[in-house]
Amino acid sequence: MEISMNLNGEDITAEAEPRTLLVHFLRDNLGLTGTHWGCDTSNCGTCVVWVDEEPVKSCTHLAAMASGHRVKTVEGLETAEGLDPVQEGFIQCHGLQCGYCTPGMMMTARALLDKNPDPSEEVIREAISGQICRCTGYSTIIRSIQWAASKERETAVTLEGSPA
Amino acid sequence: MQVPAPFEYERATSVDHAIALMERLGDEARVVAGGHSLIPMMKLRLAMPEYLIDINDLVDELQYIRFTDTEVRIGALTRHQQLLESDELAAVFPIFRDAEKVIADPVVRNRGTLGGSLCQADPSEDLSAVCDALEASCVIRNTSGERVVEMHDFHRGPYETAVADGEMLTEVRIPIKPNSSSAYHKVERRAGDWAVASAGAAVTMDGDVIADGRVGLCAVGPNLTNVQPISDALRGQAPSEELYARVGEIAAANASPQTDTRGTAAYKTHLAKELAVRSLRVAVARATGQA
Repeated sequence: MEISMNLNGEDITAEAEPRTLLVHFLRDNLGLTGTHWGCDTSNCGTCVVWVDEEPVKSCTHLAAMASGHRVKTVEGLETAEGLDPVQEGFIQCHGLQCGYCTPGMMMTARALLDKNPDPSEEVIREAISGQICRCTGYSTIIRSIQWAASKERETAVTLEGSPA
Repeated sequence: MQVPAPFEYERATSVDHAIALMERLGDEARVVAGGHSLIPMMKLRLAMPEYLIDINDLVDELQYIRFTDTEVRIGALTRHQQLLESDELAAVFPIFRDAEKVIADPVVRNRGTLGGSLCQADPSEDLSAVCDALEASCVIRNTSGERVVEMHDFHRGPYETAVADGEMLTEVRIPIKPNSSSAYHKVERRAGDWAVASAGAAVTMDGDVIADGRVGLCAVGPNLTNVQPISDALRGQAPSEELYARVGEIAAANASPQTDTRGTAAYKTHLAKELAVRSLRVAVARATGQA
Protein backbone atom coordinates (compact mmCIF):
# COMPACT_ATOMS: atom_id res chain seq x y z
CA MET A 1 0.00 0.00 0.00
CA GLU A 2 1.00 3.61 -0.40
CA ILE A 3 1.99 5.36 2.82
CA SER A 4 2.25 9.15 2.93
CA MET A 5 3.27 11.23 5.90
CA ASN A 6 4.84 14.48 6.87
CA LEU A 7 8.19 13.26 8.12
CA ASN A 8 10.43 15.75 9.93
CA GLY A 9 8.63 18.57 8.12
CA GLU A 10 8.80 17.03 4.67
CA ASP A 11 5.99 15.26 2.82
CA ILE A 12 7.02 11.76 1.79
CA THR A 13 5.33 8.80 0.10
CA ALA A 14 6.56 5.22 -0.01
CA GLU A 15 5.25 1.73 -0.68
CA ALA A 16 5.06 -0.77 2.16
CA GLU A 17 3.08 -3.83 3.18
CA PRO A 18 0.24 -3.06 5.62
CA ARG A 19 2.01 -5.20 8.22
CA THR A 20 5.14 -3.04 8.16
CA LEU A 21 5.88 -1.59 11.56
CA LEU A 22 6.70 2.09 11.71
CA VAL A 23 10.22 1.42 13.03
CA HIS A 24 11.06 -0.77 10.02
CA PHE A 25 9.40 1.63 7.61
CA LEU A 26 11.61 4.44 8.86
CA ARG A 27 14.81 2.42 8.99
CA ASP A 28 14.49 0.02 6.05
CA ASN A 29 12.19 1.76 3.57
CA LEU A 30 13.40 5.31 4.17
CA GLY A 31 16.94 4.71 5.44
CA LEU A 32 16.45 6.80 8.58
CA THR A 33 18.44 4.61 10.95
CA GLY A 34 18.55 7.15 13.76
CA THR A 35 15.47 5.49 15.26
CA HIS A 36 16.71 2.30 16.87
CA TRP A 37 15.00 -1.06 16.90
CA GLY A 38 15.30 -2.75 20.27
CA CYS A 39 13.17 -5.16 22.24
CA ASP A 40 10.29 -5.38 19.74
CA THR A 41 7.86 -5.68 22.66
CA SER A 42 7.19 -2.00 23.54
CA ASN A 43 9.28 -2.29 26.67
CA CYS A 44 12.64 -0.67 25.94
CA GLY A 45 11.61 2.58 24.27
CA THR A 46 14.61 3.01 21.97
CA CYS A 47 12.21 3.14 18.98
CA VAL A 48 10.26 6.15 20.28
CA VAL A 49 9.26 8.65 17.58
CA TRP A 50 6.52 11.25 17.55
CA VAL A 51 3.21 10.81 15.77
CA ASP A 52 1.39 14.16 15.79
CA GLU A 53 3.75 15.53 18.46
CA GLU A 54 3.16 12.60 20.81
CA PRO A 55 5.88 10.07 21.63
CA VAL A 56 4.93 6.51 20.62
CA LYS A 57 6.80 3.21 20.46
CA SER A 58 7.26 2.64 16.74
CA CYS A 59 7.80 -1.14 17.13
CA THR A 60 4.14 -1.40 18.18
CA HIS A 61 2.72 1.06 15.67
CA LEU A 62 1.98 0.16 12.07
CA ALA A 63 3.40 2.46 9.42
CA ALA A 64 -0.07 2.35 7.86
CA MET A 65 -1.55 3.87 11.02
CA ALA A 66 0.86 6.80 10.72
CA SER A 67 -0.14 7.49 7.12
CA GLY A 68 -1.57 10.99 6.81
CA HIS A 69 0.02 12.07 10.09
CA ARG A 70 3.04 14.09 11.18
CA VAL A 71 5.97 11.93 12.23
CA LYS A 72 9.15 13.21 13.81
CA THR A 73 12.27 11.15 14.39
CA VAL A 74 15.58 11.90 16.08
CA GLU A 75 16.86 13.12 12.70
CA GLY A 76 14.29 15.92 12.96
CA LEU A 77 15.59 17.32 16.25
CA GLU A 78 18.40 19.38 14.76
CA THR A 79 17.33 22.63 13.11
CA ALA A 80 19.05 25.26 10.94
CA GLU A 81 20.10 26.96 14.18
CA GLY A 82 21.95 23.86 15.31
CA LEU A 83 21.45 20.97 17.68
CA ASP A 84 18.36 20.79 19.85
CA PRO A 85 19.19 21.71 23.47
CA VAL A 86 18.30 18.11 24.41
CA GLN A 87 20.99 16.85 22.03
CA GLU A 88 23.44 19.39 23.44
CA GLY A 89 22.53 18.32 26.95
CA PHE A 90 23.33 14.68 26.17
CA ILE A 91 26.77 15.82 24.90
CA GLN A 92 27.45 18.15 27.84
CA CYS A 93 26.36 15.74 30.57
CA HIS A 94 27.49 12.43 29.02
CA GLY A 95 23.90 11.27 28.58
CA LEU A 96 25.02 8.28 26.54
CA GLN A 97 27.52 5.51 26.84
CA CYS A 98 26.76 2.93 24.14
CA GLY A 99 24.11 5.17 22.56
CA TYR A 100 21.52 2.50 21.91
CA CYS A 101 18.72 4.00 23.99
CA THR A 102 19.63 7.59 23.08
CA PRO A 103 17.22 8.33 20.20
CA GLY A 104 14.21 7.19 22.21
CA MET A 105 15.42 8.98 25.33
CA MET A 106 15.87 12.23 23.42
CA MET A 107 12.49 12.09 21.67
CA THR A 108 10.72 11.45 24.98
CA ALA A 109 12.76 14.20 26.67
CA ARG A 110 11.94 16.70 23.92
CA ALA A 111 8.21 15.92 24.26
CA LEU A 112 8.43 16.35 28.04
CA LEU A 113 10.15 19.74 27.83
CA ASP A 114 7.64 20.98 25.25
CA LYS A 115 4.87 20.27 27.77
CA ASN A 116 6.76 21.13 30.94
CA PRO A 117 9.78 23.47 30.64
CA ASP A 118 10.79 23.05 34.28
CA PRO A 119 10.28 19.40 35.26
CA SER A 120 11.42 18.10 38.63
CA GLU A 121 13.75 15.12 38.76
CA GLU A 122 10.78 12.98 39.76
CA VAL A 123 8.80 14.11 36.72
CA ILE A 124 11.76 13.37 34.43
CA ARG A 125 12.14 9.89 35.94
CA GLU A 126 8.45 9.19 35.39
CA ALA A 127 8.59 10.50 31.81
CA ILE A 128 11.43 8.15 30.85
CA SER A 129 10.11 5.20 32.86
CA GLY A 130 9.17 3.47 29.60
CA GLN A 131 12.76 3.62 28.34
CA ILE A 132 15.53 1.24 29.27
CA CYS A 133 19.23 2.16 29.36
CA ARG A 134 21.19 -1.04 29.85
CA CYS A 135 24.40 0.92 30.47
CA THR A 136 22.29 2.09 33.46
CA GLY A 137 23.29 5.68 32.76
CA TYR A 138 20.03 7.04 34.12
CA SER A 139 21.64 9.66 36.36
CA THR A 140 23.51 11.28 33.50
CA ILE A 141 20.46 11.05 31.24
CA ILE A 142 18.42 12.90 33.87
CA ARG A 143 21.19 15.52 34.21
CA SER A 144 21.25 15.90 30.41
CA ILE A 145 17.52 16.62 30.34
CA GLN A 146 17.88 19.05 33.25
CA TRP A 147 20.72 20.78 31.38
CA ALA A 148 18.49 21.21 28.32
CA ALA A 149 15.62 22.50 30.46
CA SER A 150 17.73 25.11 32.20
CA LYS A 151 19.39 26.19 28.95
CA GLU A 152 15.96 26.71 27.38
CA ARG A 153 14.70 28.64 30.38
CA GLU A 154 17.78 30.90 30.25
CA THR A 155 17.24 31.51 26.56
CA ALA A 156 13.58 32.29 27.18
CA VAL A 157 14.49 34.80 29.91
CA THR A 158 17.11 36.46 27.68
CA LEU A 159 14.62 36.77 24.85
CA GLU A 160 12.00 38.29 27.15
CA GLY A 161 14.55 40.69 28.63
CA SER A 162 16.10 41.78 25.36
CA PRO A 163 15.25 45.26 24.06
CA ALA A 164 12.58 45.40 21.38
CA MET B 1 12.45 -9.64 13.72
CA GLN B 2 8.86 -9.90 14.90
CA VAL B 3 6.38 -8.77 12.27
CA PRO B 4 2.68 -9.65 12.02
CA ALA B 5 1.45 -12.11 9.38
CA PRO B 6 0.09 -10.39 6.24
CA PHE B 7 -3.32 -8.72 6.47
CA GLU B 8 -5.43 -6.17 4.65
CA TYR B 9 -5.63 -2.75 6.25
CA GLU B 10 -8.69 -0.54 6.19
CA ARG B 11 -9.26 2.75 7.94
CA ALA B 12 -12.76 3.28 9.32
CA THR B 13 -14.34 6.66 8.61
CA SER B 14 -17.17 6.22 11.12
CA VAL B 15 -18.38 3.72 13.70
CA ASP B 16 -21.08 2.63 11.24
CA HIS B 17 -18.41 2.06 8.60
CA ALA B 18 -16.31 0.00 11.02
CA ILE B 19 -19.30 -2.13 12.04
CA ALA B 20 -20.39 -2.64 8.41
CA LEU B 21 -16.87 -3.83 7.58
CA MET B 22 -16.83 -6.19 10.53
CA GLU B 23 -20.23 -7.60 9.74
CA ARG B 24 -19.10 -8.30 6.20
CA LEU B 25 -15.71 -9.75 7.18
CA GLY B 26 -16.82 -11.74 10.24
CA ASP B 27 -14.21 -13.42 12.40
CA GLU B 28 -11.45 -12.66 9.90
CA ALA B 29 -11.51 -8.99 10.96
CA ARG B 30 -10.21 -7.24 14.06
CA VAL B 31 -10.48 -3.65 15.19
CA VAL B 32 -7.20 -1.94 16.03
CA ALA B 33 -7.10 1.15 18.25
CA GLY B 34 -3.91 1.71 20.27
CA GLY B 35 -2.66 -1.67 19.10
CA HIS B 36 -0.58 -2.27 22.20
CA SER B 37 -2.26 -5.59 22.94
CA LEU B 38 -3.27 -6.71 19.45
CA ILE B 39 -0.03 -5.94 17.57
CA PRO B 40 2.15 -7.91 20.05
CA MET B 41 -0.35 -10.80 19.76
CA MET B 42 -0.09 -10.59 15.97
CA LYS B 43 3.70 -10.58 16.09
CA LEU B 44 3.57 -13.82 18.06
CA ARG B 45 0.89 -15.29 15.71
CA LEU B 46 -1.45 -15.60 18.67
CA ALA B 47 -3.76 -13.44 16.55
CA MET B 48 -3.80 -13.65 12.75
CA PRO B 49 -6.64 -11.48 11.47
CA GLU B 50 -6.94 -11.22 7.71
CA TYR B 51 -8.33 -7.69 7.97
CA LEU B 52 -7.39 -4.95 10.35
CA ILE B 53 -9.85 -2.08 10.78
CA ASP B 54 -8.15 1.02 12.14
CA ILE B 55 -10.55 3.14 14.22
CA ASN B 56 -8.02 5.77 15.35
CA ASP B 57 -9.66 8.47 13.21
CA LEU B 58 -12.96 8.13 15.09
CA VAL B 59 -11.98 10.61 17.78
CA ASP B 60 -15.21 12.63 17.53
CA GLU B 61 -17.39 9.56 17.93
CA LEU B 62 -15.38 7.48 20.37
CA GLN B 63 -13.01 9.66 22.42
CA TYR B 64 -14.63 11.52 25.32
CA ILE B 65 -15.27 11.59 29.05
CA ARG B 66 -18.78 13.00 29.63
CA PHE B 67 -20.49 13.61 32.93
CA THR B 68 -24.18 13.63 33.75
CA ASP B 69 -25.66 13.88 37.25
CA THR B 70 -25.95 10.13 37.51
CA GLU B 71 -23.18 8.63 35.40
CA VAL B 72 -19.95 9.08 33.51
CA ARG B 73 -19.77 7.98 29.89
CA ILE B 74 -16.35 7.22 28.47
CA GLY B 75 -15.74 6.58 24.77
CA ALA B 76 -13.96 3.34 23.93
CA LEU B 77 -11.14 5.16 22.10
CA THR B 78 -10.23 7.25 25.17
CA ARG B 79 -6.50 6.81 25.80
CA HIS B 80 -4.95 5.79 29.11
CA GLN B 81 -3.22 9.17 29.26
CA GLN B 82 -6.56 10.98 29.04
CA LEU B 83 -8.02 8.81 31.80
CA LEU B 84 -4.96 9.54 33.94
CA GLU B 85 -5.03 13.28 33.38
CA SER B 86 -8.78 13.88 33.88
CA ASP B 87 -9.18 15.70 37.21
CA GLU B 88 -12.96 15.37 36.96
CA LEU B 89 -12.70 11.61 36.63
CA ALA B 90 -10.23 11.38 39.52
CA ALA B 91 -12.54 13.45 41.72
CA VAL B 92 -15.47 11.03 41.25
CA PHE B 93 -13.57 7.76 40.78
CA PRO B 94 -10.06 8.05 42.30
CA ILE B 95 -9.53 4.36 41.43
CA PHE B 96 -8.97 5.41 37.80
CA ARG B 97 -5.97 7.61 38.55
CA ASP B 98 -4.59 5.06 41.04
CA ALA B 99 -4.68 2.40 38.31
CA GLU B 100 -3.64 4.52 35.35
CA LYS B 101 -0.49 5.69 37.13
CA VAL B 102 0.71 2.09 37.15
CA ILE B 103 -0.61 0.88 33.77
CA ALA B 104 2.26 0.40 31.31
CA ASP B 105 4.45 3.51 30.95
CA PRO B 106 3.79 7.10 29.80
CA VAL B 107 4.63 6.45 26.14
CA VAL B 108 2.45 3.33 25.94
CA ARG B 109 -0.33 5.24 27.73
CA ASN B 110 -0.34 7.69 24.82
CA ARG B 111 -1.70 4.89 22.63
CA GLY B 112 -3.53 2.27 24.69
CA THR B 113 -7.29 2.73 25.09
CA LEU B 114 -10.04 1.89 27.56
CA GLY B 115 -11.95 -0.13 24.97
CA GLY B 116 -8.88 -2.05 23.89
CA SER B 117 -7.99 -2.92 27.46
CA LEU B 118 -11.46 -4.26 28.23
CA CYS B 119 -11.77 -6.17 24.95
CA GLN B 120 -8.37 -7.80 25.42
CA ALA B 121 -9.81 -9.27 28.64
CA ASP B 122 -6.43 -10.32 29.95
CA PRO B 123 -6.79 -11.55 33.55
CA SER B 124 -3.75 -9.39 34.41
CA GLU B 125 -5.26 -6.26 32.91
CA ASP B 126 -6.06 -3.52 35.41
CA LEU B 127 -9.03 -1.62 33.95
CA SER B 128 -11.30 -4.66 33.97
CA ALA B 129 -11.05 -4.80 37.76
CA VAL B 130 -11.49 -1.02 37.93
CA CYS B 131 -14.64 -1.07 35.81
CA ASP B 132 -16.09 -4.09 37.61
CA ALA B 133 -15.49 -2.50 41.02
CA LEU B 134 -17.41 0.56 39.80
CA GLU B 135 -20.25 -1.59 38.39
CA ALA B 136 -19.70 -0.20 34.93
CA SER B 137 -21.66 -1.31 31.91
CA CYS B 138 -20.48 -1.63 28.33
CA VAL B 139 -22.26 -0.38 25.23
CA ILE B 140 -21.85 -2.81 22.33
CA ARG B 141 -22.96 -1.80 18.85
CA ASN B 142 -23.77 -3.83 15.77
CA THR B 143 -25.64 -3.10 12.54
CA SER B 144 -29.06 -3.53 14.18
CA GLY B 145 -28.39 -1.17 17.08
CA GLU B 146 -26.75 -1.24 20.48
CA ARG B 147 -27.06 -3.24 23.66
CA VAL B 148 -25.79 -2.54 27.16
CA VAL B 149 -24.00 -5.32 29.01
CA GLU B 150 -23.08 -5.24 32.67
CA MET B 151 -19.38 -5.58 33.35
CA HIS B 152 -19.76 -9.00 35.01
CA ASP B 153 -21.48 -10.29 31.86
CA PHE B 154 -19.01 -8.57 29.57
CA HIS B 155 -16.12 -10.82 30.54
CA ARG B 156 -16.77 -14.42 29.55
CA GLY B 157 -13.35 -15.68 30.63
CA PRO B 158 -9.70 -14.99 29.83
CA TYR B 159 -9.46 -13.19 26.44
CA GLU B 160 -13.21 -13.67 25.88
CA THR B 161 -15.87 -10.99 25.99
CA ALA B 162 -19.52 -10.49 25.11
CA VAL B 163 -18.47 -8.63 21.95
CA ALA B 164 -19.39 -10.94 19.07
CA ASP B 165 -18.19 -10.92 15.46
CA GLY B 166 -19.52 -7.87 13.68
CA GLU B 167 -19.80 -5.95 16.93
CA MET B 168 -17.82 -3.25 18.63
CA LEU B 169 -17.50 -1.85 22.15
CA THR B 170 -18.24 1.87 21.85
CA GLU B 171 -18.75 3.23 25.35
CA VAL B 172 -18.34 2.46 29.04
CA ARG B 173 -20.92 3.84 31.46
CA ILE B 174 -20.19 4.19 35.15
CA PRO B 175 -22.88 5.10 37.69
CA ILE B 176 -22.08 7.97 40.06
CA LYS B 177 -23.16 7.06 43.58
CA PRO B 178 -23.22 9.45 46.54
CA ASN B 179 -21.13 8.68 49.65
CA SER B 180 -18.86 6.47 47.58
CA SER B 181 -15.21 6.16 46.76
CA SER B 182 -12.64 3.74 45.43
CA ALA B 183 -8.95 2.82 45.32
CA TYR B 184 -6.48 0.61 43.46
CA HIS B 185 -3.24 -0.99 44.58
CA LYS B 186 -0.79 -2.90 42.44
CA VAL B 187 2.57 -4.56 42.90
CA GLU B 188 4.76 -4.73 39.80
CA ARG B 189 8.40 -5.68 39.39
CA ARG B 190 9.29 -2.56 37.42
CA ALA B 191 7.61 0.35 35.68
CA GLY B 192 5.38 -0.80 32.85
CA ASP B 193 5.25 -4.47 33.75
CA TRP B 194 2.12 -6.51 34.23
CA ALA B 195 0.94 -6.79 37.82
CA VAL B 196 2.42 -9.46 40.07
CA ALA B 197 -0.97 -8.94 41.71
CA SER B 198 -3.34 -6.03 42.15
CA ALA B 199 -6.65 -5.21 43.78
CA GLY B 200 -9.33 -2.57 43.30
CA ALA B 201 -12.07 -1.63 45.73
CA ALA B 202 -15.16 0.55 45.62
CA VAL B 203 -17.51 1.25 48.52
CA THR B 204 -20.76 3.09 49.13
CA MET B 205 -21.37 4.19 52.71
CA ASP B 206 -24.69 4.49 54.50
CA GLY B 207 -23.85 6.53 57.58
CA ASP B 208 -21.33 4.50 59.56
CA VAL B 209 -21.78 1.24 57.68
CA ILE B 210 -20.81 -0.05 54.27
CA ALA B 211 -24.00 -0.25 52.22
CA ASP B 212 -22.24 -1.83 49.29
CA GLY B 213 -18.64 -2.83 48.64
CA ARG B 214 -16.86 -4.51 45.77
CA VAL B 215 -13.31 -5.80 45.54
CA GLY B 216 -11.68 -7.24 42.43
CA LEU B 217 -8.31 -8.89 41.89
CA CYS B 218 -5.93 -8.98 38.91
CA ALA B 219 -3.30 -11.48 37.81
CA VAL B 220 -4.16 -14.09 40.44
CA GLY B 221 -6.64 -16.18 38.47
CA PRO B 222 -9.52 -15.91 36.02
CA ASN B 223 -12.87 -14.24 36.64
CA LEU B 224 -11.86 -12.36 39.78
CA THR B 225 -12.68 -8.81 38.65
CA ASN B 226 -15.35 -8.91 41.32
CA VAL B 227 -15.13 -11.32 44.24
CA GLN B 228 -18.78 -11.76 45.21
CA PRO B 229 -18.16 -13.35 48.67
CA ILE B 230 -16.32 -10.12 49.62
CA SER B 231 -19.36 -8.03 48.72
CA ASP B 232 -21.51 -10.37 50.84
CA ALA B 233 -19.14 -9.99 53.79
CA LEU B 234 -19.08 -6.18 53.55
CA ARG B 235 -22.79 -5.46 53.21
CA GLY B 236 -24.17 -3.61 56.25
CA GLN B 237 -20.94 -3.87 58.23
CA ALA B 238 -19.14 -1.03 59.99
CA PRO B 239 -15.60 -0.62 58.66
CA SER B 240 -12.90 -1.99 60.96
CA GLU B 241 -9.49 -3.57 60.70
CA GLU B 242 -11.08 -6.89 61.68
CA LEU B 243 -13.50 -6.61 58.75
CA TYR B 244 -10.64 -5.76 56.36
CA ALA B 245 -8.67 -8.76 57.62
CA ARG B 246 -11.66 -10.99 56.92
CA VAL B 247 -11.91 -9.55 53.41
CA GLY B 248 -8.19 -10.23 52.92
CA GLU B 249 -8.75 -13.87 53.90
CA ILE B 250 -11.61 -14.19 51.40
CA ALA B 251 -9.46 -12.63 48.68
CA ALA B 252 -6.66 -15.10 49.40
CA ALA B 253 -9.07 -18.03 49.43
CA ASN B 254 -10.49 -17.08 46.03
CA ALA B 255 -7.14 -16.41 44.37
CA SER B 256 -5.68 -19.21 42.28
CA PRO B 257 -2.36 -17.79 41.06
CA GLN B 258 0.36 -19.72 39.31
CA THR B 259 4.03 -19.66 40.08
CA ASP B 260 5.92 -17.93 37.28
CA THR B 261 8.77 -15.49 36.74
CA ARG B 262 6.78 -12.77 38.52
CA GLY B 263 6.56 -14.70 41.77
CA THR B 264 5.48 -17.83 43.54
CA ALA B 265 1.85 -18.76 44.00
CA ALA B 266 2.27 -18.30 47.77
CA TYR B 267 3.67 -14.80 47.32
CA LYS B 268 0.88 -13.79 44.93
CA THR B 269 -1.74 -15.15 47.33
CA HIS B 270 -0.17 -13.07 50.07
CA LEU B 271 -0.33 -10.02 47.78
CA ALA B 272 -3.98 -10.69 46.90
CA LYS B 273 -4.79 -10.64 50.60
CA GLU B 274 -2.73 -7.59 51.46
CA LEU B 275 -3.72 -5.51 48.40
CA ALA B 276 -7.42 -6.27 48.91
CA VAL B 277 -7.08 -4.95 52.47
CA ARG B 278 -5.14 -1.85 51.43
CA SER B 279 -7.44 -0.88 48.57
CA LEU B 280 -10.52 -1.37 50.72
CA ARG B 281 -9.03 0.62 53.61
CA VAL B 282 -8.21 3.56 51.32
CA ALA B 283 -11.59 3.41 49.54
CA VAL B 284 -13.41 3.62 52.89
CA ALA B 285 -11.14 6.42 54.12
CA ARG B 286 -11.84 8.40 50.94
CA ALA B 287 -15.57 7.75 51.07
CA THR B 288 -15.73 8.96 54.67
CA GLY B 289 -13.61 12.05 54.05
CA GLN B 290 -10.60 10.78 55.98
CA ALA B 291 -8.22 10.67 53.02
